[in-house]
Parts: sequence; C-alpha cells; structure tokens
Amino acid sequence: MTSSVNVLAASFDEQVDDVFAPISEFITGIVFAAVPLDFIDEGVELPLIVVWLVVAGFFFTVYLRGFQFRAFGHAIQLIKGRYDDPEDAGEVTHFQALATAVSGTVGLGNIAGVAVAISLGGPGATFWMIIAGLVGMCTKGVECTLGVKYRKVYPDGRVSGGPMYYLSQGLKERGKGTLGKVLAVLFCIFTLGGAVGGGNMFQSNQAFAQAQSVTGGDDGWLGFGAAGAVFGLVLAILVGAVIIGGIRSIARVTDKLVPFMAVFYVVACLAVLFANFSQIPDALWEILRTAFSPEAGFGGVVGVLIQGFRRAAFSNEAGLGSAAIAHSAVKTDEPATEGHVAVLEPFVDTVVVCTMTALAIVITGTWADESSAAGVETTSAAFETVAGWFPIVLAVAVILFAYSTMLAWSYYGLKASTYLFGESMVVDRTWKLIFCVFVVIGSSSTLDAVIGFSDSMIFLMSLPNIIGLYILSRVVKRELFGYRERLAHGALLPVAERGNTPSATGSTAASTGTDGTNPTPPPTADPR
Amino acid sequence: MSASIIVGLDGSEASGRAADAAAEAARRHGMRLVLACVVPWSPYSFTTAEENERRSIEKEREARSAQERVLDPAITRLTAAGDLEVEGVVRHGHPAETLVALAREHRAVWIIVGRVGQSRVRTLLFGSTPSSLIQLSPVPVLVVP
Repeated sequence: MTSSVNVLAASFDEQVDDVFAPISEFITGIVFAAVPLDFIDEGVELPLIVVWLVVAGFFFTVYLRGFQFRAFGHAIQLIKGRYDDPEDAGEVTHFQALATAVSGTVGLGNIAGVAVAISLGGPGATFWMIIAGLVGMCTKGVECTLGVKYRKVYPDGRVSGGPMYYLSQGLKERGKGTLGKVLAVLFCIFTLGGAVGGGNMFQSNQAFAQAQSVTGGDDGWLGFGAAGAVFGLVLAILVGAVIIGGIRSIARVTDKLVPFMAVFYVVACLAVLFANFSQIPDALWEILRTAFSPEAGFGGVVGVLIQGFRRAAFSNEAGLGSAAIAHSAVKTDEPATEGHVAVLEPFVDTVVVCTMTALAIVITGTWADESSAAGVETTSAAFETVAGWFPIVLAVAVILFAYSTMLAWSYYGLKASTYLFGESMVVDRTWKLIFCVFVVIGSSSTLDAVIGFSDSMIFLMSLPNIIGLYILSRVVKRELFGYRERLAHGALLPVAERGNTPSATGSTAASTGTDGTNPTPPPTADPR
Repeated sequence: MSASIIVGLDGSEASGRAADAAAEAARRHGMRLVLACVVPWSPYSFTTAEENERRSIEKEREARSAQERVLDPAITRLTAAGDLEVEGVVRHGHPAETLVALAREHRAVWIIVGRVGQSRVRTLLFGSTPSSLIQLSPVPVLVVP
C-alpha cells in the first residue's frame, strides 16, 4: 500500500515536469534565438536578447554621459533624506522605495543564478557580470525616472506606476499613442509570465532544492517522490496567506528579516573568503584571465560574456521594467531623484551581492564540480567548506529571499493583470490564485525546465520596455540633466540649508498624495 | 508670535494630565498652548510595494484619526473656559525629535509630556519618549506622572 502511494507520489512530480518541460523548451527556443558565431569558435552562439539588453545599457551610459557614476554621491544623500521636505513626513521616502525594490530583486538570482553563470561560463563570467551590473545601473535609473514621471494617481489617492504607464502615456505625448498602447499590453503579458517564471517558479524550485539538500538529499525527510509538491504547497499557502488572506504580519516579519539576511549573507560570503584568504589573489587573477581568454570548452570569450550578462540581467532586472513598478510610489516632485536613487539597486544587487557569491564559488572551486546540478547547491558546497552548518544558514537565507521576491513579483503581476483586465476583485483573486498554483509547479519541476521558462518570460519584458526607453530617451535626458543643472547651481538645497523660504520648483512628477484630489479615502482603506 | 508651551499628546490618561498641567501654566503666564500629536513613523522602515502604493491614503487616515480622537476632544476641553489660545498639530515622525522640532518652530519655553507606564524591557529596548526628550530638548521638559 505504502509503496503504491510512493509510486503515485513519485510520478506526480514527474508528471508535472513532463507537461511543463516541452512548453518551456518551445518558448525558450523562440526567445533565445541566437546567431551562430562559428567564425570565433565552433558552437558559440550569440542570443539576440542578451545583445538587446547590453546594447541598451551601453547606449544609455554613453547618451547620459556615465550618469550612473555621477549620480552615486547625490543618490546617497537622497536616501539619507537630506532633501526630503519635512512636510512629507509619513509618505514613502527614497529609502523605502529603494529598500522595497531591492528586497524584490535580491533573490535566488544572486545565489543560484551566479552559480549557473560560473558553472557554464567559468570564473571569467564574474567579470562580465560586474560590467553588466555597472551598465545596468544606468538603464535602471532611466526606467525609474520615467516610472515616477508617468505614474498614475488613482482617484482614491493610491499611487502606482511602471512601464505600462510610461509606455502608454509617454509615447502618446510623443505622438505614438497606438504603439505605446500595444507595447504596454505586451509588457503586461510578459510581466505575467515573468512573475510566474523568474519571480515565482525559479524561486520556489531553488528554495526546495536547498531545503532538500540540507535535510539529507534524496535520503532525507524531503527525499520522497512528491516532496517537491508538498514543499511547494506549504510555500504556496504561506504566499497565499499574505497576498490573498491579507495576513500582513507575515509579510512584515519577512520584510524586516530580509535586509538582515542580506547583510548576513554578505558576511557569510566574506567568512568563506577569509577562510581561504591566501587564495584571493589567485581567484581574482583567475576571474580576470578567464574573462578574456577562457579555456577550451567554454566557447570563447563570447560564451563567457553571454553567461555573465545573462545572469546579471536575470538578477538585477535592469531593462526589464519591473523595478519601475516598485520605485514609483515614492513621494517626490522630481522624477530625477528616483532616477538617482535607482542606480544604487543594481549596484547593491549585482556589484556587491552577486560578486560576493561569485568570489565564494571561484575561491572554493565548487563551480568545477560536476557531480551536482549547477545552482544553489554549488553555492551551498562553497559555504560548506567553512563549516558543516553553513549550508543551513544559506537555506534560511534562500527561503527568505525566495519568499520576499515572490511577494514582490505577485504585486508586479497584479499591476499587470489589473492594467490588462481592469481593477476588480475577480481579476485580483484570479491572478493571486494562479500565482499560488505556480509555486507548486515550480518546486515540482526540474531546474532546466524552470530556468528556460523563467529566463524567456523575464527577458521578453525587456522588448517593449526598452523600445519605450529609446523613444523616451530625450525626456529622460531633459529630466536628469535639468535636475543636475539646478542642483549644481544651488537651486535645490538640502533641507537643512534652505532657510525659511524653500525654493518653489515646478513639479514634473505626477502628483502624489490625496491633497486636492480626494479628501475622503475610500471605505476599502484597511482599518488598523 | 508669543511664547508657547508644547504638550505631547497620545491619547493616554497621563498625557491628559500633562495637558491639564500645561493649561494651568499657560493661564498663569499668559502663553499659547500647542497640543502636538506625533504619529510614530520612521523614514527608514521597511515596507512592501502594496503598502507604498497606499501610503498617502494611510498617512491622511492616521493624521485624521489623531486629530479626531486625540486632539479635538482635548482642544474642546481646554478651550471651554474661553481664556486660552490653543492650537493642535499632527505630525509624523520620531516622537521626541518631532516634539523638539515643534518646540523650535513655536518658540516654546517648555515641553510637557505624560509619563506612560511601559514595561522595563520595552523601555530598555526602545527607550521612552520622556527620556529621549530630556536628551534632545533645548528647553525645560516637564514629565507629568
């Protein structure tokens, strides 16, 4: 009896995978259409979608004259609140907008994605990942400037924005209304896919992989056939409790834990580095050397570069447009301020956290181990070289990161579905239920199928988004450069230096707040 | 603007007694009374995207609730005699820091607050508004039990 249950259970995970894998392969094939580069090396292919993201990053870096590097200092002053009007106390600060966005992006891309990049591309992928992070900072700044500029203030006082609004509104202003509408709808469709893919299935898949491996692998108590489905079900209930049940306390707890976990994760990576202190120079040299002249089998420099760029984009989401949704609720009259603050996001995500993971993996050499699947287990093995219990710490971090990323993406998906189908309870609940179902599918499938699908959908978001960014590039330049000019001429002063008469500057942002628009909030406002 | 006395109100009984003590002092010295209700809020707290979307509405709601539940009854009570100039202010922020900022804006000569009984553990962890006020305030602080 028990054995037949086991067989049935075992086949459940397999069945899910059997149905899902071909769909994933089909979509991956289309999205990652690649140009063969046989003249460089046999079998090297250049996926056009990666070129698309990287070219955008470099274009904006040049067009805005290295804005992300000049913005850095002022961005830090902004998140410290030195330019916040005291009248705005109680509204969403730059710090909060950034923290919300970061907790959505720091996810398994930083832990598992990096491991995949290095396993497939060699240590040199780290170098290209950092470069991709640095140019991604600019794309992110551009997106978030537009996100605030064209955000929507609902009649009841809620504020939200994102690519669907700057695509439809911004392009309309430039006389391309129809194109804008089409792009906005496409963006929303791909966001729904991205939300169930990279924002959900990839997260639950890797959270399960790590939970299974620290509890003893196939022989442990998460080793039975349907373990993936059971784990996914528990996770789905926890996600559903927050997004459907409205049990905010759980979300609030994880929101407070995630920043500490992120710091803790970096400290843990540093511990791995210090335990192997003497090998740091060698590892750095290895990263630089293989970035430009990889060994045979890795498919040449282009192959390494693609892996680095692909994983960086997956991790920091620059160019995808998702972060613009998270950043848009900030209280500011100047869209450019959020553009400044947003450049810190890929910096934290890719240049700091991803690099830490990469160094830990390269230094301990676990990336070359082919016995386990590339992914979170590679990072786990690197952690294990320091202490036996380190993978358990990693497992906690992984599950928390996965959870917070899932909550963030469920919100992005919700915004996309309400844009497509209108604001209604039915749309809201349907989306959230579908989202929870995919948590279970994600943890029941194999990594390859999940990664293929997640990558495809997430990268598709960049198609409509970046077309919009190009068309609106002059708007962004005007906003950012105009703001910096006023800043340089002392028209904008920190609050402490303003004196009694604050300089009145015209607001170019969609106005936030309920002032004037609606004195009485709707009855839907949650009682405290 | 004449000199004033600031009272920190939070709706507790102790803060009601603080308001009474302040009213008496204001009458005796012919000063304005500023009743301040500070909604605890930090610019560095962590929030979800959904909370951010609704934040403006929430802020308005919190401010209105502070006005209606805490300030309005106190103002009605203290102005009943008709011999006092009373003003109510609602702000978001760190309670002690905000009271100090208000004291500067209103040229206050005193800050008067109630002593709210809370457990030793809580006080140890988070401090209390009166004790932080004593550290920060540029003017004398009166704590009413």
